[in-house]
Amino acid sequence: MRAVANDEKSEFDALAFFCLLPSLLYVLCMFVYPFLYGVYLSLQPQKVGGFSLANYLTFFSDPYQYGTIWITFSLAIPTTIVVLLLALWLAYGMRRGIFMERTVTTILIMPISLGVILLSEGILGFYGSQGWFNQVLLGLGLIKEPFILTHNYAGVMLALFMQQFPFCFLMLLGYISGIDPSLERSARMLGATPSIVFRRVMLPLIAPGLAIAFALVFVMSFAVFPSAIMLGQPAGTTRTISIAAYQKAFEQYDMSAASAIAVIMGLCQLAALLVIILFRRRLSPAATMGVGKR
Amino acid sequence: MRSRMWKLSLYLFIVGFILNMLGIVSHVVVSSFAKRWFGGLLPPAYTTDWFAYAWKNFDLGQVLGVTLLIVVVVVFLALAIGFPAAYILARRNFRFKSVILLLYFLPLVIPQMTYGIPLATTLYRYGVGGSVVGVILAVLVPMVPLAVFVLMPFFEQISVNLEWSGSMLGASRAQIFRRILFPLMVPGILTAGVLVLVNTISNFELAFLLGGGGSQTLVVALFYNMFAGGVRPVYSIDAMAVIYMVMVMTLLLIALRFVRPTQMVFKLDK
Repeated sequence: MRAVANDEKSEFDALAFFCLLPSLLYVLCMFVYPFLYGVYLSLQPQKVGGFSLANYLTFFSDPYQYGTIWITFSLAIPTTIVVLLLALWLAYGMRRGIFMERTVTTILIMPISLGVILLSEGILGFYGSQGWFNQVLLGLGLIKEPFILTHNYAGVMLALFMQQFPFCFLMLLGYISGIDPSLERSARMLGATPSIVFRRVMLPLIAPGLAIAFALVFVMSFAVFPSAIMLGQPAGTTRTISIAAYQKAFEQYDMSAASAIAVIMGLCQLAALLVIILFRRRLSPAATMGVGKR
Repeated sequence: MRSRMWKLSLYLFIVGFILNMLGIVSHVVVSSFAKRWFGGLLPPAYTTDWFAYAWKNFDLGQVLGVTLLIVVVVVFLALAIGFPAAYILARRNFRFKSVILLLYFLPLVIPQMTYGIPLATTLYRYGVGGSVVGVILAVLVPMVPLAVFVLMPFFEQISVNLEWSGSMLGASRAQIFRRILFPLMVPGILTAGVLVLVNTISNFELAFLLGGGGSQTLVVALFYNMFAGGVRPVYSIDAMAVIYMVMVMTLLLIALRFVRPTQMVFKLDK
């Protein structure tokens, strides 16, 4: 073997070791180990002795269980697409700053910091059939019957949107405002219309960030749990995969089967991430980052 | 003309979203002060009784105490564990650094529900599930990496020359940490502390999976009482929600003195 020239010399000494040790131990013991233990446990069903795939086979032979995958996908994918398009539109429009930007962004992060529980309680009241939203629309004569936006599929979508939109918007805003504005100016000077600037210059630069934002929003939406219970029909149309896992673990006390469902949930998220990463490889790298605003 | 319409629609959307947020929040507030409220734009009569009712019936004194204990311990431990790690990751280069960074990144991007179930299984097996210790241990899983990633850029801003001059003038490692790095890191520690604080208070999934009878945080107690819907008057649940909201909003206002709103989410340019 030939020695590989290494221009970055390793600076790993005793100090580095002892400084990293507590956090590394923590992540290994409380994150990596439980994951591996979960996989191991899922292969040892309660009813059967020894290793077997029984948990997975049971999951995929029961429509009430495997149907949750489809339900979760059908909630997560539309939400992710709507969130991403609106966030892209808004962030692109705000890339050079807007009136009262700080106040606006502060209000936008309110849903993130208030948390999903309070948000769901508010949505139940505000968008309920007796809520202000429907009262105003009825009062203005825009609709005849109140919109049913709670305790169904739409309610969960609404909660997911409120939760994910600010998150996605702020990520994209940071990314887009970091793109060198002179690129856009040059394109304009050379005669490109705003829509061509967006399509041919800006979008290719934004695309890698957009791909990551898609992946993050999708993965978070895929694990939707409390809002699916509070705003949906947890026994019916919005019985997502995390509800199935929770019920196995804490209502039937079958930790082995619950771990199997958690593993399946993780694999679905991983699959989505891999698709995005493969797709991202084909996009051009953003070589001109970090020169713009901020 | 077209770009005017474009800008206008942008502002309309922002105004719509803000109105929707204000509506959601103020509906909860108005409802918590209502004596009775069936339909109608506003309730016919108001009362503050629901707050006393909620305080007594939901055992809020105990719940708030537990929440406070968990939050304080989590913030302290996340900073104590994250501080040295952030220092090394900001200053040194070594072979598996990118692997370690990826490892610390995972608990932040993988949904808590996905790793929460195996984590809960493990912690219950070792007998700490359903206790305050269990909740603290679980909530720290995403909070330690969060502290590391918030602290790292603050270390990067401090010139290495300061450390070198310190050690040339005879300061020991401990002295450099205590007398040079620590004072310069105060803004970073405040930022990280505030972000961990806000995220811990509003954390639901992990606190829910690990919290038992005496170790429910405020959000978890709120969820259980809503879920038991119909048993308790909705106004009293809203009163509890308002108490939670006041707490979070106060913290958020304090937090925004130290952090930019965009710091509350990930940066994409990694």
